[in-house]
Amino acid sequence: MTQRPKPWQIAGLAAVVALFLLFPVIDRNQGHISAVADAGYFLLLVYGLNIVVGFAGLLDLGYAAFFAIGAYTYAMVASSQFNVHFNFWPMLGLSACVAALFGVILGAPTLRLRGDYLAIVTLGFGEIVPQVFLNLDKYTGGPNGISNVDQPSLFGYHFGFNAVPYYYVYIVVILISIVLLSNLKNSRLGRAWMAIREDELAATHMGVNPVTTKLLAFAMGASFAGLAGVIYASKLTLISPDEFNFSVSVTILSAIVLGGMGSLIGAFIGGLMLALLNFMILPQVTNWTHALGAAIHNDAIANADLHYIIYGAILVLVMLFRPEGLISSASRRAELHHAQAAPSAAAAGVE
Amino acid sequence: MALLEIAGLTKRFGGLTALKDVSLTVDAGSIVALIGPNGAGKSTVFNVVTGIYTPSAGSIAFSGASLVGSKPNAVAAAGVLRTFQNIRLFAFMTVLENVMVGRHVRMHATPFDAALRTPRAVREERAVTERARELLEFVGLSAYEREWARNLPYGMQRRLEIARALAAEPRLLLLDEPGAGANPAEKRELMQLVQSIRQRGVTIMLIEHDMKLVMGISDYVHVLDYGEKICEGLPERVRHDPRVIEAYLGKGA
Repeated sequence: MTQRPKPWQIAGLAAVVALFLLFPVIDRNQGHISAVADAGYFLLLVYGLNIVVGFAGLLDLGYAAFFAIGAYTYAMVASSQFNVHFNFWPMLGLSACVAALFGVILGAPTLRLRGDYLAIVTLGFGEIVPQVFLNLDKYTGGPNGISNVDQPSLFGYHFGFNAVPYYYVYIVVILISIVLLSNLKNSRLGRAWMAIREDELAATHMGVNPVTTKLLAFAMGASFAGLAGVIYASKLTLISPDEFNFSVSVTILSAIVLGGMGSLIGAFIGGLMLALLNFMILPQVTNWTHALGAAIHNDAIANADLHYIIYGAILVLVMLFRPEGLISSASRRAELHHAQAAPSAAAAGVE
Repeated sequence: MALLEIAGLTKRFGGLTALKDVSLTVDAGSIVALIGPNGAGKSTVFNVVTGIYTPSAGSIAFSGASLVGSKPNAVAAAGVLRTFQNIRLFAFMTVLENVMVGRHVRMHATPFDAALRTPRAVREERAVTERARELLEFVGLSAYEREWARNLPYGMQRRLEIARALAAEPRLLLLDEPGAGANPAEKRELMQLVQSIRQRGVTIMLIEHDMKLVMGISDYVHVLDYGEKICEGLPERVRHDPRVIEAYLGKGA
């Protein structure tokens, strides 16, 4: 349903965008900028998977495979691996297309599956793809991966290892993504996705083609991962198969659930929160506890890796207190709370 | 003129024959009732026509073209829309969105148009919203357009399902027990709604349990029992047919 944004929503959005645009100027710490930039690729992954899981309701546990495909596509044609050096910018689109193609290829066999069954099959794909990259050493460098991936340049300015330009590339790409996705959400296709999520049989009886609708979800979802893979590979300049394992898929999914399934703002907050926790805050906290342990001569504290303990505890707490996610689309909230909730006042026709 | 022509339709599930050699026609512009006791195979007829099941034998022709082997979405695109016996709305979409989904087959915007909000997509989206509102008004649900479908009371959900199907501009509307669970007053309203749908030029085939109810509005009645058609004709004739009375009340009644 099309609703015009209210003035305060526009003002709030503008403030958030301005804050992100000014961040590298305010905080000149390269480490911080780099961590927030890394949240960028994570956010793109979250948005892509949100199409598949949040909009279309297809539980995909192997989403990192498309991230790997995007990253390897770029790394193979823009490094010393084969001594070809394709330009970064067109590769953004090309890798997205390659990933979308694999989205269709891997999506097609799963079309008849739902829920748990779909999750298991996609989990399998998620495991297969990094294995393939691991074992095709001739093309992918095997376990060592591909190094010296080309860094982009724009109008003669070489990005190098400076995090700032990558940071801005992510901002532009994410802003565009949000606009495209919110347009899609309130469209023929967006409603078809949701209809399939709610009741596939009823949706097909309304003329929704389940095959193309689901494949479009897989393809569009994968294309975000393909795009993210290119920027990721160019910023890190080094990729290897173990960066695309199951835990990546699960973390992306966690961000969606944490933020609120199907909500674009929720996906942003959930994604940013998990990315910053993982890339910036928790490593820092772990350093502090190590230092603390050393200071009080307690080996247990000095050597404990609290990163994932704290991370896990946060996930558990959020899910306990807000099972629908931080910012949920209202429908999810109803779904999860309707067991407790009294019959809605809706029947009275109050709007 | 026959809009829907079913001939020799048989559907077997393993050893069970759910439909046996059923033939019936639905004339354009009419209201046709399909009645029969529980388990007679009425819903199976709908499920075969709309492509959930492929028939084991027989033919289904909709305005001259065969529907056998068509997927449900193709059947909908051809102009045959339906409602479900156990209401199947998109529970966590708004009332308005539900109707807009119904408009799916009459929309042309590509994903590309939609993502970029091209003038064409914006225009279409506006027209669809307007059309959906019009239909909500027609079924008397205008006040609830922003509620989730699941929050509506039962009777309203039935009407929403009808509005959703109408959004596709069907030529044939299949209503599967629209009056189930309704009280007598609601049933009367519903039958008025069915008649006004016919006045919009939509042919209607409805399944109903309640004989009295269908007699008032149907132009023609087909009766199924144990998967076989046992009788057809004008309501008045069917009502007094001994086979029908026996099917409903049992032997010797």
